Amino acid sequence: MQLNNYAGFFRVILTLVFAMCLRIAPWPGEMAAFNPDWVLLVLIYWSLAIPDRVGIFHAWIFGLLTDVLTGRLLGQYALAYSLVIYICIKLHKRLRRFPMLQQGLFVFFCLLLSQLLLFFIKNLQHPAQLHASFWLPVFTGTLCWPLVYGVLRFVRLSRRLS
Amino acid sequence: MAVLASTALLATEHRSPELNTLRATLSVLVDPLKYLVDMPATLAEQAAESVSSYRTLKMENERLREEQLAHQARLLKFAALEKENIRLRALLENSFKLGEQVLVAELLSVNMAPYEHIVIVNKGTRFGVHPQQPVLDANGVVGQVFRALPFTSEIMLITDPNHAIPVQVNRNGLLTIAVGSGQINRLVLPYLPSNADIRPGDLLITSGLGGTFPQGYPVAVVDEFTSQPNKAFASITATPKALLDRNRELMIVWSKSTPVPLISRPTASEAEAKTNAAE
Repeated sequence: MQLNNYAGFFRVILTLVFAMCLRIAPWPGEMAAFNPDWVLLVLIYWSLAIPDRVGIFHAWIFGLLTDVLTGRLLGQYALAYSLVIYICIKLHKRLRRFPMLQQGLFVFFCLLLSQLLLFFIKNLQHPAQLHASFWLPVFTGTLCWPLVYGVLRFVRLSRRLS
Repeated sequence: MAVLASTALLATEHRSPELNTLRATLSVLVDPLKYLVDMPATLAEQAAESVSSYRTLKMENERLREEQLAHQARLLKFAALEKENIRLRALLENSFKLGEQVLVAELLSVNMAPYEHIVIVNKGTRFGVHPQQPVLDANGVVGQVFRALPFTSEIMLITDPNHAIPVQVNRNGLLTIAVGSGQINRLVLPYLPSNADIRPGDLLITSGLGGTFPQGYPVAVVDEFTSQPNKAFASITATPKALLDRNRELMIVWSKSTPVPLISRPTASEAEAKTNAAE
């Protein structure tokens, strides 16, 4: 179904902006390492739900904004997000029919791919020795997926987006 | 796939600082989010202030007034000493450093990335902040400006694993480099031999070498010295003087990296810095 209302799309943008806020929200002390990649989770959801409206371009733009927001090298989140979203859009028809558990597994691999790319780029810059907790956001992100799914589904259905 | 090519291009091109304008423009879009995220903390602080009792406020006021008096008395002496120092340096036909200008910036309680000790403050290039400016608090050196954006700037703390600061031991002038350890309350001094004259309790001050930090500000206190018999260098750790994880107000300092000659007029940029500091 086509999505022609701008108000609906505005909601999508709003959820992404909210995810960016969560991304930089201060967590107490060492807990910061657990903060999952909210922006990517939200992008994955929208690209599965309405792939005709949220595509690689949006993923790229929001990746670039996340780069600026978190003070990374420009383009590294943009690259990771657009790759992950490309995969999501390619597989969205199959993934929508998956049960939650399988979907969760897929999200886990998406997050892992993004984190691997970030690690790869970081390593290109200068050989970095990373703490094991670098991979924590992948696990917490997977655990947060049902929550993100539920909330965004509510947002989507409350406005009859698609 | 065109997108991928462009991102790869971006990632490589950023080795050179030509994309700073793009980053600055995008940051205008994104920076409001930082203020938004910081808002709950600021509001909580304001609320705590507004409900604190008259008695506490009065006590705090009294304490601050006493402190200010003490500081003023010390400053009187300091002014005389500074004049004397300038006079003596003039006798030696030596150059001296002009006093530093400071700008008070407030921390935004925002978490950018774990494992990196980079904090965000609410002053940016609009206030004349530029990269590599030293940042202090009331107790000592905090770090340096890592990246200045229009409305905010990123400050790398001295404890960041990628940060090193040239220091000297206040007691005997021994020069070395203090490197961040990645722990918020610890610096390491990896480049001192096992027979170096350094003890626990020694104060480390900035040496002014390297040109980023002005000379003579306290950095850290040495808290452990262990010489390893089988290694060339001793393992020394120090605790930063600045309250890195507790302060909300920081001072961004303008100081010329090269000493200026004795008779010179303040340049335009310094005059600007002065007005900024007045604000």
